[in-house]
Amino acid sequence: MADRYIEPDTPELRARWGNFAWTEANAAKAKDIVARYPEGRQRSAVMPLLDLAQRQVGAEENTQGWLPIPVMEYIAEYLAMPVIRVVEVASFYTMYNIAPIGRFHVQVCGTTPCMLRGSDDLLATCKSRGMKKGHISADGLWSFTEVECMGNCASAPMVQINDDNYEDLTSDRLNAVLDALARGETPKAGTQDPARHTVEPVGEPTNLVAMMTENHDYRSEW
Amino acid sequence: MPKVKVDGVEIEVPAGATVLQAAELAGKEIPRFCYHERLSIAGNCRMCLVEVKPGPPKPQASCALPATEGQEIRTDSEMVKKAREGVMEFLLINHPLDCPICDQGGECDLQDQSVAYGRGGSRYHEHKRAVTEKYMGPLIKTTMTRCIHCTRCVRFSEEIAGVDEIGALYRGETMQITTYLEKAAHHEMSANVIDLCPVGALTSRPYAFEARPWELKKTLSIDVSDATGANIRIDARGREVLRALPRNNDDVNEEWLSDKARFQVDGLTKRRLDKPFLRRDGKLVQATWNEAFAALSTLNPGASIAAVAGDMVDCETMFAAKALVGALGSSLLEGRQTGMDYDTSSLAAVNFNTTFNDIETADAILIVGSMVRWEAPTVNVRLRKAVKRGAKVFLIGPEWETTFGGEFLGEDLSLIGNLPGHVADTLSGAKRPAVILGGAALGRGGLEAGLALAGQLNLVRTLEDGTAWNGFNVLHMAASRMGGLMLGYAQKGGIADLAAAKPKVLISLGADEVDYTKFADSMIVYIGHHGDKAAHAADVILPASAYTEKAGTYVNTEGRVQFADKAVFAPGDAREDWTILRALADAFGVSVGFDSFDQLRAAMVASVPALGVEGLADYGAALPAGGGSASGAIAYPIKDFYMTNPIARASATMQRCSAELLHGEEFAEAAE
Repeated sequence: MADRYIEPDTPELRARWGNFAWTEANAAKAKDIVARYPEGRQRSAVMPLLDLAQRQVGAEENTQGWLPIPVMEYIAEYLAMPVIRVVEVASFYTMYNIAPIGRFHVQVCGTTPCMLRGSDDLLATCKSRGMKKGHISADGLWSFTEVECMGNCASAPMVQINDDNYEDLTSDRLNAVLDALARGETPKAGTQDPARHTVEPVGEPTNLVAMMTENHDYRSEW
Repeated sequence: MPKVKVDGVEIEVPAGATVLQAAELAGKEIPRFCYHERLSIAGNCRMCLVEVKPGPPKPQASCALPATEGQEIRTDSEMVKKAREGVMEFLLINHPLDCPICDQGGECDLQDQSVAYGRGGSRYHEHKRAVTEKYMGPLIKTTMTRCIHCTRCVRFSEEIAGVDEIGALYRGETMQITTYLEKAAHHEMSANVIDLCPVGALTSRPYAFEARPWELKKTLSIDVSDATGANIRIDARGREVLRALPRNNDDVNEEWLSDKARFQVDGLTKRRLDKPFLRRDGKLVQATWNEAFAALSTLNPGASIAAVAGDMVDCETMFAAKALVGALGSSLLEGRQTGMDYDTSSLAAVNFNTTFNDIETADAILIVGSMVRWEAPTVNVRLRKAVKRGAKVFLIGPEWETTFGGEFLGEDLSLIGNLPGHVADTLSGAKRPAVILGGAALGRGGLEAGLALAGQLNLVRTLEDGTAWNGFNVLHMAASRMGGLMLGYAQKGGIADLAAAKPKVLISLGADEVDYTKFADSMIVYIGHHGDKAAHAADVILPASAYTEKAGTYVNTEGRVQFADKAVFAPGDAREDWTILRALADAFGVSVGFDSFDQLRAAMVASVPALGVEGLADYGAALPAGGGSASGAIAYPIKDFYMTNPIARASATMQRCSAELLHGEEFAEAAE
């Protein structure tokens, strides 16, 4: 999470992104987004617009997308707000990438539940595939971050890759997901345990079993 | 009006007061870092924790908690003491222990409060966070490792200055305060963040490592870099003025100060006239005072003498010169150096009548020919406040970047008499309308047209609550202007009358903006402190004192009479202006009727009683009718904010600001 810094403003960056503008589809979307907010509160649209811009940048360079300084300036101008306020938002929220990023941003959860369920293996797997914190892999496919709890503890360990979560992972299952992504396929999001549908209990339910068959009243048993 | 109990003592506090304010009213000191009276409440430093009942059983941030009826506030309990110690310990975790090399040392809130409220020692043994320095321009030195993230600077630039440049990037432990892309802060009030910063993160760059606060002699004074008369404190060590800081005066500058007023003081030691000079064979050569007066005593000007006052002189100097010129039988006095000749028969017509305080409450403001940001930065702050309260602002003149929005109507003076429909409607429908005429709008019939508009809009009125309202304002740029006008430094035809009279001797009181080619036949006696434009044209130079080197009376553009004290002695052979004029009277063989500064001041007050009373001079509310029409394109007189007076022009800091902040940008654009 730490060591996240804005990509320096260089002439090359300006040359590449200086004339960033919405694509026709995104221009319509941006207009819609701004219209959601009351008159005089258009600045509130900065967060969805940054996301939209990030996706557009991603589509242009076939990565997850990130926010170069000129793009943030474009948003600031679009919303008639000071650039520093846009940069503040973009640098605060970690889902905005403020430095170049690979095609897939692999975010491995390393918080306690995931760690207990084997996230160390996932980290090792990622490392063995050449992923390194804060770097894009040589083939441009992978960016890697270790993150704190993503709220999928019931199906730990988990990994978030771009917009999808992959849960109930083992080293092999993660490798399978990553291979599929590398081949350009779209692996099924969610649990990777074939025996599991979503985050229902593994095996037989152990809690509130009487409720399985009827609307059981537990109150007298408390 | 809720009643609360502070440490067992019941007091009544104003509605809307916070718990912190209630405690202050009860005389209890509440330590704080992020809370500031003039900024919005952030509540992020947590230093102001107190115990409040009723409420959750934990300390509460008093700055952000409204005081309500029946509250019991404790600022002296064990819980509060522990809470303060805890907060202080956390703040100090990442704060470097570099007080010995920190410029804030001795006037640091963190230092003071950690002594008063902190634990005796530190329990922290891990590595401290370090943050790279940020570039914030030639005035602000940054050491961001010391920053405690109070965000006062961010709130100042957003709320007061109106230029959103400073922000907090990243989050949590990696949070950093910076300007966008580390560009220099680009406005006229930027250095106020130095005063606001409670730690040594933002300090003064020109003053870096110059002195410790306890070495400095502090003198109360008045700023002369513009006509607002900002209250300042001159900090001097020995004979050198090291810095100027704003003083609190809610009626004038609140607690802000323009960058020029703050940092021009290093110009006080450069290009100084510290010896008399006489022009011999077309060249200025050094002389002694005796030689200078001997030369002057041969002039015998008789009544063929005139005096022109510069922008920064005090009333005493002007009165002494008036007495001298008057004793010789002349009344040729002028202070409007650049040739303005507006009618000054009614001082109310050339005064900022609304007062700075009340302009905040105006609901429709028409600004004609004034680039307020440069001409009076502290008034610009007031205008921004007025707009925040809902005032509509219209401007006539070339467009400039306002910090408060506003609608530019055009560049021609004729618009005064021919306002667009919606503007006229807004102004005539306003309850508290105000018109501000800047220096660029006074000539070419502008003042008369403005007065006609004032009559038309009924700017002088009694408000619904019975108070008087005078919405007609003139915003001057020279600190000496209103004092000069009160002392009669105005001719009907302006300085052209002086030139037409072809005086044998022209006394120039630090008047550097005069076109001296019009006085080619006169003997020009320059009494001033800097070797600037006028010194080049002078025939005799008598070195005098700058504003820090003499006591004096100044009248700001509101007609507010204020007194300044002497901070240091003038360098070399330079003397206080009035003593030079007194000696000149002897050289010319006349008597001016004063031998000491007290006598001079008494004579001045006897002549113009208002100059003896601190506060607003009463010019009456009646405005002349005005009339006629004005025309001509407006051009603002100030071309370079940082170079408007001889002191600023001599100041290395101001030169740097001018080159970097004003011209540097243009160069860069030209290079592209």
